[in-house]
Amino acid sequence: MLRLPPLRYLRPTSVEAAAEAVAEHPGAMLIAGGTDLVPNLKRRQFDAPVLVSLRGIAGFDGIQGEPGRGMVIGAGATLDQVATHPALQTAYRALAQAAGFVSTPQIRHMGTIGGNLLVDPRCNYYNQSAAWRQAVGYCLKRDGDICLVARSSPRCWAVSSSDSAPVALALGAELTLRGAEGERRGAAADLYRDDGIVYTTKRADDVIVGIHLPAAPAMTSAYWKLRRRGSFDFPVLGAAVALDWADGMVRVARGALGAAGSRPVEVSHLLTPLVGRRPDDELIAQVAEAAEKPARPLDNTDFSHYWRKRMTRVLIERALRDACGLDPLAGRLTAQTRSGQAA
Amino acid sequence: MKVAVRLRVNGQDTELLVPPYKTVLEILREDLGLTGTKHGCELGECSTCGILVDGKPFLSCLALPLDLEGHEITTIEGLAEGSRPHPLQVTFAELGAAQCGYCTPSMILTAKALLDTDPHPSRAAIQQALAGVLCRCTGYLKIFEAVELAASRHG
Amino acid sequence: MAKTQADELAVVGKSLPKPDAMGKVSGQARFADDLMLPRMLFARILRSPLPHARIRQVDASRARAMPGVQAVLTGEDLPIKYGILPVSQDEEALCSEKVRYVGDPVAAVAATDEWIADAALEAIDVSFEALPSVMSIDEALAQPGEPIHPRGNVHKAVALEFGDTEEGLRSADHTREDVVFFEGNTHLPMEQHAAVAQYGQDGKLTVWSSTQTPHYVHRALGKVLELPMSRIRVIATPNGGGFGGKSDIFAHEIVAAKLAMVTGRPVKITLTREEVFYAHRGRHPVLMKVRTGFRRDGRITAMQFQSFLDGGGYGSYGVASTYYTGALQTATYAIPRYRFEGVRLFTNKPPCGPKRGHGTPQPRFALEVHLDKVADELGLDPVAIRRRNLVQPNSQTVNWLRITSCGLEACMDRVVADSRFLERRTAMPSGRGLGFAVSSYLSGAGTAIYWNDMPHSEVQVKVDRGGGVSVLCGAIDIGQGSDHILAAIVAEVLGVSLQDIQLTTADTDLTPIDLGSYSSRVTFMVGNAAIAAAQRVRQRLAEAAARMLHCESDELSFRGGQVGRRDHPGEAISFAQTVQAAEAGEGLISASGSYTPPKLAGPYKGSGVGPSPAYSFSAAVVEVECDPRTGEVRVPEVWIAHDIGRAINPVLVEGQVEGSVYMALGEALMEEQTFRIGVHKFPSMLEYKSPTTLEMPVVHTSLVESLDPEGPFGAKEAGQGPLLPVIPAIANAVYNALGVRIDEIPITPEKVLRALAQPSRRVGPKGVPRFAFPSPIQAARPPEWEGK
Repeated sequence: MLRLPPLRYLRPTSVEAAAEAVAEHPGAMLIAGGTDLVPNLKRRQFDAPVLVSLRGIAGFDGIQGEPGRGMVIGAGATLDQVATHPALQTAYRALAQAAGFVSTPQIRHMGTIGGNLLVDPRCNYYNQSAAWRQAVGYCLKRDGDICLVARSSPRCWAVSSSDSAPVALALGAELTLRGAEGERRGAAADLYRDDGIVYTTKRADDVIVGIHLPAAPAMTSAYWKLRRRGSFDFPVLGAAVALDWADGMVRVARGALGAAGSRPVEVSHLLTPLVGRRPDDELIAQVAEAAEKPARPLDNTDFSHYWRKRMTRVLIERALRDACGLDPLAGRLTAQTRSGQAA
Repeated sequence: MKVAVRLRVNGQDTELLVPPYKTVLEILREDLGLTGTKHGCELGECSTCGILVDGKPFLSCLALPLDLEGHEITTIEGLAEGSRPHPLQVTFAELGAAQCGYCTPSMILTAKALLDTDPHPSRAAIQQALAGVLCRCTGYLKIFEAVELAASRHG
Repeated sequence: MAKTQADELAVVGKSLPKPDAMGKVSGQARFADDLMLPRMLFARILRSPLPHARIRQVDASRARAMPGVQAVLTGEDLPIKYGILPVSQDEEALCSEKVRYVGDPVAAVAATDEWIADAALEAIDVSFEALPSVMSIDEALAQPGEPIHPRGNVHKAVALEFGDTEEGLRSADHTREDVVFFEGNTHLPMEQHAAVAQYGQDGKLTVWSSTQTPHYVHRALGKVLELPMSRIRVIATPNGGGFGGKSDIFAHEIVAAKLAMVTGRPVKITLTREEVFYAHRGRHPVLMKVRTGFRRDGRITAMQFQSFLDGGGYGSYGVASTYYTGALQTATYAIPRYRFEGVRLFTNKPPCGPKRGHGTPQPRFALEVHLDKVADELGLDPVAIRRRNLVQPNSQTVNWLRITSCGLEACMDRVVADSRFLERRTAMPSGRGLGFAVSSYLSGAGTAIYWNDMPHSEVQVKVDRGGGVSVLCGAIDIGQGSDHILAAIVAEVLGVSLQDIQLTTADTDLTPIDLGSYSSRVTFMVGNAAIAAAQRVRQRLAEAAARMLHCESDELSFRGGQVGRRDHPGEAISFAQTVQAAEAGEGLISASGSYTPPKLAGPYKGSGVGPSPAYSFSAAVVEVECDPRTGEVRVPEVWIAHDIGRAINPVLVEGQVEGSVYMALGEALMEEQTFRIGVHKFPSMLEYKSPTTLEMPVVHTSLVESLDPEGPFGAKEAGQGPLLPVIPAIANAVYNALGVRIDEIPITPEKVLRALAQPSRRVGPKGVPRFAFPSPIQAARPPEWEGK
């Protein structure tokens, strides 16, 4: 049996006390659902002499508001709550989809939306046991000197593997963080750093308290996830898009890619050709082809990066078509469009 | 470094003195003798260790005891009423839905959680609900049929 | 027994809950890791971090000094080598000189808990001298640096020829050569292997283990521990999935036993999931070349088959695996001239061995896609070309396999008709395709792992004056339903209900031998031994009942717990009364039965692998749905028919067929055991991709009952054969859907996309490496093939 290392377990009853507990204990980590942290700790991917549980905090999991004025999701809401919430399913569909695509029903009953936003970037040289990592000589992210995916790289290329993170960017969500030094609110996009190790701007004692979704009276959105199996698997690529409409035309287009780098990769600037238009097959195909550029898949997840890179445009096209109410699978792009070799 | 924990398992309250980092899986099997809860990876990657917490499918290998205080834990041992098996246990036996039997406790508990909220699920709903429990023996088909048979007997 | 009419049977042929079902659905079944003994210690194994290295020194002094550590073992404590096959005694429980793969055991610790044991492993200092590693077939043949084993990296090379194949190819109207590759994969049983050992003050050792082969573990423990087998008791616990993965002798079993002997306390070892990937003994990666000659009408004139097996670090079952890659091609098709050349290479990876279908899914894949391609070239449909070559019942193949019952044609007819294969395959919508393939498998290997003249299965039956029937047998239920076979057959013969049967199985102290749950042998061999034992008991009971009912013993029927006169239904006594009368007359009523397969091996060296007392047959049609934009392949529907001989319990047979389809699907589309920088790429449940409920297709299962003349009530195997046709049928369906040939398993989206982009419309190996096979043993052909 794989076991956790000995550690202390604290259960504060308020967010303030949780933040203080982390600030007080060097190396302490916050734990909510534990579905990412516990396996990583069992594999000794990091040390946590003290865990501070957020599960004893009341009122941390509410989902409030309505789409016309915006909604707030308590960070302790389970992924299952988010996936099955009627208002989220309609007005912020991509988020409900993303939550519903995470791993398994079991994990969705345990894992929280706050925790999913903070999934430790993954790499198949890193999400391994201590003995395995010893066998390959360790890596930059823990105990090693080099990144085994890109050996000459000065940085870690672990992959942002959250389903909800790209959606949060696409929806223009904001987050409230409360730490020992007080509370602050900012764009979800500002939470992430492009580094596989120090992947957020959050301080250790900062607790994500709430996820604020802007008013979305006329928004459609979609999240498409690429993975081997219909459950269990982390995304090897995720495409989140959100379109705000006015008079049948796209008013604002936002999008982000998951599992395409060490943080969710913003592609909104590449979707601007959609603005002011009524997107058709051709326009969507063109935009999707352009929007794949920022994706930088490396050979450190399931599937080859050859394939993942080529899938990017197809997935973006499908997500966009989905958000436009078109048959997602009837798009024009194939992986080989550019080379013109495919049937 | 042990802590006192009060857990409610299969309707019984028990007080334990355990290390706080000992997972609920380990406590069920090693401290409470409830070895009906199995394990296949201890990392949340197979759901063999599934239990119900407040009626919902949970992974005992990732759950820590202090967090489950005040919650209702159900294991496979808690499913029968006395010596009368739960309808799902009967249909799993009848249809050969348990081959090696190792994923079976988690599979049955997960199916129970489904039937408790959706007494007559479609085949697609069953597939979705059980998508988190791996089985290497059956190809799942007898399991789907056993859930459907239990649902149909429910009237 | 084979010819018994179905309507005369009370238990056999009925879909009843198996005897272990309620225990398994209630959580009461006791698996090895569920065992807790007083004063039990927990052991962990230190494994090699290097793929190939010499061990310079192991210093365990720091570990031994740790509080809670009760014993530490290193290679010098267990110096005797062992292996499952007598010809491959090349493993050490703990390596003493060299390690041969990442995960090879080096030292072991027993401690009062697993935290301490884990910490102690970290305190063992091992000094290695790294050696160049060999990670592929090509590298093994190139022989860089020190070979993995002293005699070189070629573990076994074999060559057999039946008839002049060159001549057969020359006389053909059409020849074709294909080269294909089948990547390795693993069993992934849900239960991680576990063993508990106890050594008493009386000098007796007991080992509980989740093993498919308690008898072979018993033998190996005797050898390695230098204990008489009479002082060792091996109890196989219910296996939480086996699929061949628990049929070898494992280091942890020996280590647990030795630690129990050293400490005098019970010791448990449960492997972690990662360690299960290192224990492995799974599907060999095999590179194959097949060259066949055909007449214009599609009849085969000759076949030459080559296989290159990537064996991993040790021998394991590898010699048998090598032969199996060439043995059963002839079991489905009447091939008049046949040459087989096979070679198994050592590589620095976990050893490969038997996984469901042992050595035959790879060549079956090669053969069935090869035939599809030839059919295209000859303008035949995939069914017609197979019909032209079908093996016939009661025939002998060119390599001396004795075919008795054979429902292959019926299986084909069934799936072709039910799926409307011929009508639909030429009119499938875009991206959808249908594929077809057939196969055959053994109902038990005709020879034991070690050569001997003793029975392969033995059963004891003892009746109780209360009417209970005790059945004792060494067979171990690994989920396949062997307990049910035993109980159902004895219940049928004695006319009692399943609830009257008490089973004691897989305990070397209490039960007579069964060689193990491997090679699909249990139903056939245990079943026949059970019939023999039960019939002997029945005869003695019948004599007593005849005296009471004033008739001849052969006028009696045993049915419904009654023994009565067949012609006078009113005149009957209860089974319990019958037992009491018999016991009063002659004392304890018990009897034994044994089964020894007939000697079927042909007159040539290497003929021991392939012969079986009976062969099962399967045919499958698979429908696929391909996404040409992503290369993803989904399987919505499968039609499969299996010649089971007779289904002793139809619902359990269906379960075996459906489970085989499932496992085939995983192998065909996503499962692979691959390595990078000398290490298993992803030894985890998450990254080794086992299909979930959402990937499982609708399966239409048909059972064909050919009533085998030697099978128990006519039964044959079901556990392995149905896996075989599914993998090539998927490959053939992908071709039908997209016009691309993926000559490499698994068929991943990336390979499909690459094939779509290539002028050849194919992805697969280009050739086989240069290797000087020994000149083939020229075996005589059976008389019926002479001159053909």
